[in-house]
Amino acid sequence: MSTFRQHSILPGFNLALGFTLLYLSLIVLIPLSAAFIRTTELTWQEFWFAVTTPRVLASYRLTFGAAFAAASVNAVFGLLVAWVLVRYRFPGKKLIDALVDLPFALPTAVAGIALTALYAGNGWIGQYLEPLGIKVAFTPIGVFVALTFIGLPFVVRTVQPVLEDIEAELEEAAAMLGANRLQTFTRIIFPTIFPALMTGFALAFARAIGEYGSVIFIAGNMPMVSEITPLLIITKLEQYDYAGATALAVVMLVISFILLLVINLLQWWGRRRGALA
Amino acid sequence: MNATTLPTTARVRRTRATQEPAWVRWSLIGLTLAFLTLFLFVPLILVFYEALKKGTDVYFAAIIEPDALSAIRLTLTVAAIAVPLNLVFGVAAAWAIAKFEFRGKNLLITLIDLPFSVSPVVSGLIYVLIFGLQGWLGPWLAEHDIKVIFAVTGIVLATVFVTVPFIARELIPLMQAQGTEEEEAAVALGANGWQTFSRVTLPNIKWGLLYGTILCNARAMGEFGAVSVVSGHIRGSTNTLPLHVEILYNEYNFAAAFAVASLLALLALVTLALKTMVESRITQPKENANEHRSA
Repeated sequence: MSTFRQHSILPGFNLALGFTLLYLSLIVLIPLSAAFIRTTELTWQEFWFAVTTPRVLASYRLTFGAAFAAASVNAVFGLLVAWVLVRYRFPGKKLIDALVDLPFALPTAVAGIALTALYAGNGWIGQYLEPLGIKVAFTPIGVFVALTFIGLPFVVRTVQPVLEDIEAELEEAAAMLGANRLQTFTRIIFPTIFPALMTGFALAFARAIGEYGSVIFIAGNMPMVSEITPLLIITKLEQYDYAGATALAVVMLVISFILLLVINLLQWWGRRRGALA
Repeated sequence: MNATTLPTTARVRRTRATQEPAWVRWSLIGLTLAFLTLFLFVPLILVFYEALKKGTDVYFAAIIEPDALSAIRLTLTVAAIAVPLNLVFGVAAAWAIAKFEFRGKNLLITLIDLPFSVSPVVSGLIYVLIFGLQGWLGPWLAEHDIKVIFAVTGIVLATVFVTVPFIARELIPLMQAQGTEEEEAAVALGANGWQTFSRVTLPNIKWGLLYGTILCNARAMGEFGAVSVVSGHIRGSTNTLPLHVEILYNEYNFAAAFAVASLLALLALVTLALKTMVESRITQPKENANEHRSA
């Protein structure tokens, strides 16, 4: 970056930056800080009590457990989908590439009712799972299925461009030196795409933790069993327990910010890897 | 970084040494298609199947019913306010960030992305904490008989919050890759700020702008969690389309719920189609900009 751009002849800097900061403050920063400031109305003990009741702890376990499982499945299958889309040619590839983003575009409520109908005892898929003793809808497994659906594009879309950028020469060199395809993949390709894979995993995980719309239909929402933390926030709001809802929201926000930091670090790591390669 | 690497390697013809055996290839393709069918295509098809299961009469009756029509109207209204607001914001933010050097730029970019990492439920809650009856402005608003929460204003605010990053994050890398030479030339030749923007910058970013707008609109019309917290679910008044789907579903009116849901699924499909069309247009100016810079 050249230093002279700091004295740019282009107009509109003050206006553009001023408007950006004002808008961001009014819409995002002040409302977000409201959650933190309102929590200070609680004492530390009250806050700690509100965010560690057994029902709340059970909701953390479900939310984080299901989100982690879903993001892991997405990491494996997202890598597979990205690999197949970048490396192979087959009929319908363009259509499939476009439809991978469906979970981004489809409103979560629609995804929620569709998955519920699909996995309910009399649903297209549920009717075959029920005789095997596997209940998906209205159980924690349903939460996992919904979170897998909404997190699907993240890994695909972060790994895909990195995979496209890998030089064919690198793999040719590996082959010349006697590596078989599996060795080339595990020693050359996988280390190159690993930062992107982790970024995709973290993005899917972060999204899954906060997800609400697609989960509440399929979860059954039984306290202690299949109740996610975002739903618990709404339940507390509906009972006019504003302090309790805000305390939980602050916990969720802090976790989101930590994940955002992790994602930024992962992206920085990926860029450095890319620059070294 | 991404913009400077040419996406050609993917198209390099692969020889036997750098290609998996056919059986591996086809089993991976088969596994991918099976996974995507199970998790993406079957749920999508099910929405339309369930919507039309009881016939087209039931389907259209569910859509032209007054509550559904009012939900459609509200959803369109909310998007018509939220999207232009974020469009203006996105352009202003990208202009400041991409065309100028200043301290704290990376922090600003992170702050713009913040709403993406906040749970939709929390996004709604923070507005309740400000505008709700027990909120900071609650008593004042009640005194002046202004309703924000459980009213359209609250729905608009929550929607604006969750869609803040869409257009800005599309424009920032695009405008950064394009540099400032063209705008500087325009200003040196005597163009004023508006002329520079509308005649030089805008034609360069129009596809990126459209791309961001399409994604922003899809989210604005489909948002559920944040809107659900601030809406109050008043039928015919503060019910958006996604909320209407929920109400019908919880009333066990599945045919109607899926009929309304199919409208949103159609919106998603149109969004993906437009997105794919626009995507092929965006890569063009990006590559040109690179050739231009490296020349």
